[in-house]
Amino acid sequence: MATESTEPAETRNDASAALWATELRVHYPNAPAPALDSVSMTVPRGSFYAVLGPNGSGKSTLLRALLGMVPHQAGQTQVFGRPMSDWNRRALAQEAGVVTQSESVAFPITVRELVAMGRYPYLGALQSETPTDKEAISEAMQMCDVDNLAQRYLSTLSGGEVQRTRVARALAQEPNVLLLDEPTASLDVRHEMEILELLRASAAAGMTVFLITHHLDLAARFADRLLLLDRGRVAAEGEPEEVLREETLKRVYEWPISVSNDPATGVPRVTPLSRH
Amino acid sequence: MKPITWAAVLGLAVVLVFLLSILVGEADLTPGQVFAALLGEGDINDRRIVVGLRAPRAVMAILVGGGLSLSGAVFQALLRNPLAEPYILGISGGAATGAVLALTLGLAASLSWALPAAAFAGALVAIFLVLRVAATADDRVDVRVLLLAGVVVGAFFTACMAFVLSISDARTVRSAVLWMMGSLVGSDWRTVWMVTLYSIPAVIALVGLARPLNLLAIGEETAGYLGADVERVKRMAYVLASLLTAAGVAATGVIGFVGLIVPHSIRLLVGADYRVLLPLAFLAGAVFLMLADIAARTVLPPTEVPIGVITAFVGVPLFLLLLRRSVGAGAGTGVGA
Repeated sequence: MATESTEPAETRNDASAALWATELRVHYPNAPAPALDSVSMTVPRGSFYAVLGPNGSGKSTLLRALLGMVPHQAGQTQVFGRPMSDWNRRALAQEAGVVTQSESVAFPITVRELVAMGRYPYLGALQSETPTDKEAISEAMQMCDVDNLAQRYLSTLSGGEVQRTRVARALAQEPNVLLLDEPTASLDVRHEMEILELLRASAAAGMTVFLITHHLDLAARFADRLLLLDRGRVAAEGEPEEVLREETLKRVYEWPISVSNDPATGVPRVTPLSRH
Repeated sequence: MKPITWAAVLGLAVVLVFLLSILVGEADLTPGQVFAALLGEGDINDRRIVVGLRAPRAVMAILVGGGLSLSGAVFQALLRNPLAEPYILGISGGAATGAVLALTLGLAASLSWALPAAAFAGALVAIFLVLRVAATADDRVDVRVLLLAGVVVGAFFTACMAFVLSISDARTVRSAVLWMMGSLVGSDWRTVWMVTLYSIPAVIALVGLARPLNLLAIGEETAGYLGADVERVKRMAYVLASLLTAAGVAATGVIGFVGLIVPHSIRLLVGADYRVLLPLAFLAGAVFLMLADIAARTVLPPTEVPIGVITAFVGVPLFLLLLRRSVGAGAGTGVGA
């Protein structure tokens, strides 16, 4: 990972940050514009951090770049105060669990087998599961309410059950930070709320949560801090009330939007209006 | 049945089919004569047949059948395609070109080791070319490019081989065609040792990669986030499985379908955990090829049917059955949001 040392004086790393980036720039080969440009952000330890933005604004690229899955051309990243060059994949997988947007399995696989893959970074090449591993797996399955599906094949599950299984696999890694890319995109209200409440409980227990989502209202309710991306740049960053402003959202989403205070939840409510 | 039970059953089957394999043959030997010969007693000619011909042939079937089946399973994980097989990346084309050159230039007639050596060299050239083409600028291996590169390199070598054959005499063409259909005839202890030397380290190393191969089956990005060094695993798996295939092709010619249907069937029996699948696929491939060889020797005496014909006759219907089955079950592979 070729990173240049161009750290500006005003953005020093906060040693208590779980994820940190400064002046991050990612430009995919042959792309007309960079996917991320001058992105600086800090995800404090134990916080619930939500990343918002229109399609193609660089949310998923940010996740990948933070964990060194795509190379960056400028800027720096750190995970728990250490740059990516200090991490190997195995050590990183013990600290950071990821639920990507989607995955497809090549062969039939059961729920238990998929969740057990979360123990990969803890096991030797031919070592079998220790009692600690078994406990982590069953605990993760209970937390995500998939323990009753253990022997079911993934192909027989509903979309919500598959997502809960994937979250369970990330939890089985016993990570200190959990990164999720639109985990509730295809879920109904109940399943979505179940996952979000699980994430909130995990954050309350000290885990850092980094959630990419399109649901502005829910992000405002669950997250401590929001990051709004617009075409690879930071449009706004801060507490929900600071980020979810009418003018900002109208500009970023290119759509008339009204923001009011929701008396039921006490957080901003975002309502898209019609164009005319 | 539990995996350990399957291992015991297949292990026992290897031993029993091995014994059957050395009991059956053109020369009419009684079981008593065969066992006496095995123990180094009895008639010198019996010993020559049993220890010098039948035993190395059966051991070769174990090595090549097990190796093809194991490398087929590895290619299926690597290419994330349950219908991949060991020859899919052009190894058979490279090996066949090498073999045909050795036959045409008359090297094979004068030197017994020239044909397997030339076939192995041809396979290595194909492996090298495919890997070079599939390596991207930032030194990653794109498995989709790997697949296309393999198919194209294979097609190129097939053209080379066809060209060489077109300027060869009829006898050479016949030898080449027979070689391409595969045969365990002429397996002697020396070739057995050479194949052992190449295969066994590759088999052990590939079984050691079982856990990261499991992760590859759910996708490279996720595998990376779960702690696997994806690029290293892909490269090692490709090179080792290719060497294993190349050793088999060099010794016995192109024997199809073993690497496709055996791992596929084992997956249906025990699931897709490669820690279990790889060793069982090796054992089952060994049994399958020994049985195919027995059939090749006994269905049409005194003629030997090429073993590749037998494996295709068994493999094609079985493959179609598995294909129908997986279509019926919806293949069960597309999940995620």
